[in-house]
Amino acid sequence: MALQLDDIRKLGELARLKTEPDEVDDLVEKLTSILAFVDQLQAADTNSVEPMAHPLDKAQRLRPDKVTESDQHGLYQQNAPQVERDLYLVPKVIE
Amino acid sequence: MHRNTLAQSAAALKARTVSSVELTEHYLDRIERLDPKLNSFITVTRDQALAGAELADKRIAAGDDSALLGVPIAHKDIFCTAGIRTTCGSRMLGEFISPYNATVVERLARAGAVTLGKTNMDEFAMGSSSETSYFGVVCNPWDTSKVPGGSSGGSAAAVAAGLCAGATGTDTGGSIRQPAALSGLTGVKPTYGRVSRYGMIAFASSLDQGGTLTRSAEDAAMMLDTMAGFDERDSTSLDVPVPQLRAGLNDTLEKLTIGVPESFFDDGLDEKNATAVRAALGELEKLGVVLQSISLENIHLSVPTYYVVAPAEASSNLSRFDGVRFGHRSKTTRSTDLTEFYKNNRGEGFGAEVQRRILTGTYVLSAGYFDAYYLKAQKVRQLISQDFERAFAGVDLIAGPTTPTPAFSIGQKMNDPIEMYLNDIYTIGANLAGLPGVSIPCGFVDALPVGLQLIGPHLSEAMLLKVAHHYQRETDWHLQTPKGFV
Repeated sequence: MALQLDDIRKLGELARLKTEPDEVDDLVEKLTSILAFVDQLQAADTNSVEPMAHPLDKAQRLRPDKVTESDQHGLYQQNAPQVERDLYLVPKVIE
Repeated sequence: MHRNTLAQSAAALKARTVSSVELTEHYLDRIERLDPKLNSFITVTRDQALAGAELADKRIAAGDDSALLGVPIAHKDIFCTAGIRTTCGSRMLGEFISPYNATVVERLARAGAVTLGKTNMDEFAMGSSSETSYFGVVCNPWDTSKVPGGSSGGSAAAVAAGLCAGATGTDTGGSIRQPAALSGLTGVKPTYGRVSRYGMIAFASSLDQGGTLTRSAEDAAMMLDTMAGFDERDSTSLDVPVPQLRAGLNDTLEKLTIGVPESFFDDGLDEKNATAVRAALGELEKLGVVLQSISLENIHLSVPTYYVVAPAEASSNLSRFDGVRFGHRSKTTRSTDLTEFYKNNRGEGFGAEVQRRILTGTYVLSAGYFDAYYLKAQKVRQLISQDFERAFAGVDLIAGPTTPTPAFSIGQKMNDPIEMYLNDIYTIGANLAGLPGVSIPCGFVDALPVGLQLIGPHLSEAMLLKVAHHYQRETDWHLQTPKGFV
């Protein structure tokens, strides 16, 4: 199916991705061709086939509910774009 | 020194005919001199490498006989390295310094391997040519106008050019085996869950697997003997015994039947590539292997399946990059609300291919399309996996080409995502089914290397590497070196 400009805008909203105006036409064209390509899947007969989520069909392991990590926020915050008094800063969102 | 295999270098270090500092300096000098032609490294860690080499020399002098002691290697820049920048080839992580080591990095360091630096790659491992990196295109040492393959193309180019003894890589749809084929190397993607994903930046979690790019199967076995094994920090890590791979390489080859999927040799395969791969299959027959034609009925759907499953998982995995606690934060745009803020950070931080995949993944997971795309792809994935299972009831391994063509020109496929995706047509099946796969050099087409791929049942790494090693005892394709990097 052919995507429209509006679809790209909506997807960009959902994915929290800003798409530049000069890129949108190219995105429409390429995503349309990717979706047309994966549409081959519709031809496969998958009646009564179980979807496969994990290659080895294993259940997730459980671990004891114990504290294993220590507080290292100082170390982690070295990667933060903006920190003040040990807090991560983001733009003001509530007036 | 750099023409030695990793195994030969390790032996020379043990025999003390060379010190780790000498070997490390030799590689660092080569990187400085030759890498400007390739761009295979994003970060070179000269000081840390020399400090590591000195320590290794002390350990050797003290009688420590760890397998990789003093051997200079490189890590794909997708593996987190404490105190050393880990970029994943992205502007998003351009300044990111990991607070911890990936399990793979930790284990190799403990075994004494010396890290020379972090290798270039397609951004977030999304690509088959190493052209999507924020840090520039990687060139193929066999012909610098060609791509080295991807996404582990920096690791491939560095090993092929003799800039390190071996390197780590990751393989989500062929990202170790394809660059190995295009760069004349041995590439191993182990069984899903064999090598820990802890500290390996996630692309598609149900497909990602760490592995190796080396000159020989023996080198790969040495690295994997250290890298593989259960890790409680990876919830999908396999808690099963790991055989010592290197120890069994020279054992007699049992009578094996190898399946050849005839559809791998249809129109999509370059004729000259086909000739080289057929010759390699003939060589395997001389080793006593019996070849048998097989069919993998749904394998032609593996690329479309992958391009639903992988982007879906990627769109979820990459949602963590928002520029709040780490990662790129937009400086040029003032954001008026939180959504704008995220969109600006991510729009600037991610390159075009990553954005396309996130949007594709978002689409196939969105309301109204989930069943038609994502669920459908998971069902076809099951069919593809069952085809392999049926095949392995009759054969021990599967063999065929790794790629449809030898290395292609830089820029040639950048504007056509489908054309680029089809590079992985023979490799993706193993990822979807979680199977181990190996690519080994098996000839040249127009002076460019060609790869033979071997795929085995789950946990068959020992058999795969044994066959590869026996093949390499009889051939010398893997010992060829590119002219400009002798």
